[in-house]
Amino acid sequence: MPSRPTSTLSISGLIMTRLCAAFLFIVLLFPAFAAAGPGGTALPNVEELWRVLTLRDYNTRVVVAGTTFLGIASGLVGSFLLLRKRSLLSDAISHATLPGICIAFIALQIITGNGKSLPGLLAGAALTGTLGMATVLAISRYSRLKDDAALGIVLSVFFGAGVCLMTIAGRVEGGNAAGLQSFIYGKTASMLLWDAQLITITAFCAAVVSVVLFKEFTIVCFDTDFANVQGWPAGILDFLMMSLVVVVTVIGLQAVGLILVVAMLIIPPAAARFWTYNLRIMLILAAAIGGISGFIGSALSALMGSLPAGAIIVLVTAAFFGLSMIFGSSRGLVTQWLRHVRLTHRVGRQHVLRAIYEVAEELNSDDPRSTVPIAELAGKRSWSARRLRARLRRAAREDLVQFETETSVSLTERGLVHARRVIRNHRLWEMYLITHADIAPSHVDRDADMIEHVLDAPMIEKLEGLLLYGSEEPAYVPQSPH
Amino acid sequence: MLDWWQTYDTWIVVTGALAAMSCALPGTYLVLRRMSMMGDAISHAVLPGIVIAFLMTKSLDSLPMFLGAIVIGILTALLTQMIRRFGGLDEGASMGVVFTSLFAVGLILIRVAADHVDLDPSCVLYGAIELVPLDVVTAGEGNLEIPRAVLYNGGMLLVNLLFVGLLWKELKISAFDPDLATSQGFSADMMHYALMALVAATTVTAFHAVGSILVIAMLIVPPAAAYLLTDRLGRMVGLSLVIAGSSSFLGHWWAVEGPSWFGFERMETSTSGMIAVATGFLFLTAWMFSPRHGLISRWISSFSLSLRIMRDDVLGTLYRITETGSTASRPVSRAQLRETLPGGPVFGTALWQLRVGGRIDCRDGGFVLTPRGEKSARKLIRSHRLWEGWMVEKMGLRPDHVHSTAERLEHITTLEMRTELERQAGEPEHDPHDRQIPREDE
Repeated sequence: MPSRPTSTLSISGLIMTRLCAAFLFIVLLFPAFAAAGPGGTALPNVEELWRVLTLRDYNTRVVVAGTTFLGIASGLVGSFLLLRKRSLLSDAISHATLPGICIAFIALQIITGNGKSLPGLLAGAALTGTLGMATVLAISRYSRLKDDAALGIVLSVFFGAGVCLMTIAGRVEGGNAAGLQSFIYGKTASMLLWDAQLITITAFCAAVVSVVLFKEFTIVCFDTDFANVQGWPAGILDFLMMSLVVVVTVIGLQAVGLILVVAMLIIPPAAARFWTYNLRIMLILAAAIGGISGFIGSALSALMGSLPAGAIIVLVTAAFFGLSMIFGSSRGLVTQWLRHVRLTHRVGRQHVLRAIYEVAEELNSDDPRSTVPIAELAGKRSWSARRLRARLRRAAREDLVQFETETSVSLTERGLVHARRVIRNHRLWEMYLITHADIAPSHVDRDADMIEHVLDAPMIEKLEGLLLYGSEEPAYVPQSPH
Repeated sequence: MLDWWQTYDTWIVVTGALAAMSCALPGTYLVLRRMSMMGDAISHAVLPGIVIAFLMTKSLDSLPMFLGAIVIGILTALLTQMIRRFGGLDEGASMGVVFTSLFAVGLILIRVAADHVDLDPSCVLYGAIELVPLDVVTAGEGNLEIPRAVLYNGGMLLVNLLFVGLLWKELKISAFDPDLATSQGFSADMMHYALMALVAATTVTAFHAVGSILVIAMLIVPPAAAYLLTDRLGRMVGLSLVIAGSSSFLGHWWAVEGPSWFGFERMETSTSGMIAVATGFLFLTAWMFSPRHGLISRWISSFSLSLRIMRDDVLGTLYRITETGSTASRPVSRAQLRETLPGGPVFGTALWQLRVGGRIDCRDGGFVLTPRGEKSARKLIRSHRLWEGWMVEKMGLRPDHVHSTAERLEHITTLEMRTELERQAGEPEHDPHDRQIPREDE
């Protein structure tokens, strides 16, 4: 019989989760409240809110579209990164883009006299980003250092080189390197139509590649050796996957900056993972969470003009992560907790029923439904008097047990059916262990105690076939081997 | 070369060296425990702690800031652990979630605070080591002016030295075998969080000098380089201190002179950035040239092994060709040798080495064995044929299946082995292919 959680349980669970959610909201929205305080900008009025959300302003439209598509692309690409357990590779890549940006700036400044050509800068970024990625892979492959150290080395050394080059870029004659800083923290508000188009096109390409090569990427993520054996060019696929990460990182630089673009790649897939075990759905969810965070984040920052949009977007993603971690339908904490509570109750109920049955059997072997004093039950198992009483009351509510007097109970008709099934599972397993696994009768009780709750019908049938030769009536409860 | 050097520069280098050395100590254990990126996570995550403390005290050198950083450091470790445990994410991803979120909070706080106080995010991120000598403390009667940062970083170095020195054994065991540590009665988890607190404290002390991102270079890179150079923990700690100290000097030198080497005259660049580059340079050197684990050293040793084998094979081939009688003592041409041996640089080098070593002679456009060469060749052929005989006699292998195994074993067979092989195989005169086994030289 499928068990259902009782009403008290779900109510207390609900209160708990509400409390958690409230706490989370306060923590996450704290910066926003701080901004609205005396020093920050005033809270926007409804009219303003409406104008931003419906994308009336040209500028807002560009920014919101750009960040939304960025979120979608990074959600897709980041999912593969997460499955590959290489999330932090994106951190190393994004830091490694800084020297490329600066080199491109200096070179362009000297050659053409104008260093601020975005395609040039992004090409430079992609170049050293790829170089950094290759260095990480080379260090972990060709030295005895592991992934973590390789990431740390590449990240810090490349960034150090970037800082040096940026200082030089600032002093190159006629150069105005002030804009380079914006690649570190991002400068969403100053995004131009061209940037948004670039992001959109790239996001589209990334999505197409992810969909077209979905099967191949999945195989490489879950079992590289299998991919190799099947004849897929696993090395090339892996490189392609990582190149997508480089591409998304590079287009994200302009929007959220090189430190926070990592968050866009890591957090949405991590949040999506709490909702599903299906990779396809996870990809879609990750893209959706990324896109929605981009939308909400940039809209919020358009309302509160002085706050850095990149950071707001990341906090919105983090809020999604927090909510998913708590409420996620397949791995969320509440789900896990409910599952655990349900199991505890089921096991507890079965233990109580079995104890009553066994005691009744000892006292009066003819009638398993005879009245049993509660004091006798207490000795059957290491439960406290209070716990036992609570279990009994719960069983009574479920119409499995009835209280004869204040201190004695008996099984109901339904309870007897239940108890018989559990006892039967228990004893079948004990007999199986004794006859087929050569375990001493004194050693089988504990083992059977754990497995009695999870034996399913086909398994029982098999055990019956083995032990009872299928000749017995269904309600038959075998004698205890003890 | 260093004619621009002044006391000012000395103080910068001393500060950098002290910061790098105090980072290298906890960093060693981060690298050994394979959690280098925890250093990265903590150094990013301390940003909000720094900003909040700065907002409260309006100063960058305060006890609250120090404590705030430690709390945030432990919090980062705890949150990462929690998400990993309850959320089932891998460590990298859970770290990524935690530190990016905290960093974003920090950025927003800086922006919010910008109206009240002057805190430049770039100063927090990559420090201002060039300004360190300006903030001094006068000590003693000799008007000795010591920069404040030198005192702080020196103090932190002492604390770290004490920590590592006093808990040497405990840190060692919990780094290499956490379960053993726990079973020995001190909790590996406690050591973990103590280490994280230390990393956070060191990070926040050093961030004046190098900023919160370049601190990772100091935490990870010197110990990683030292890890490639030695297999002993004590030496690894010592070496990483040396590497850390020298990278500070190299970094400052290159920051001042480096740009001019690339045509950017009269320009200086960021010392803290260059210190990171210098640690990277030293790491690269260790990675390439480390005596045991270096790429180039490993390549050299495998090259010299293939040379040795090639020399043996050339001698053996010459001996076999000469042995067949009809062509006895006639020079063997290069082309003839190439019929059985692979060509390439190894072949050429081996021939040259044999000639220089007086084992073969060049005559009439071909090669002949010198008496010395013939002696070595005989030994080799003897080993080969004894092995073949032994394998057929004692192991019952088919005569046409033993050549390739003997071909490998012949290079590592000693006199004692040959004597024993001969005894066990029944002192044969001929090998299974009916060729004569040369006698051992007297």
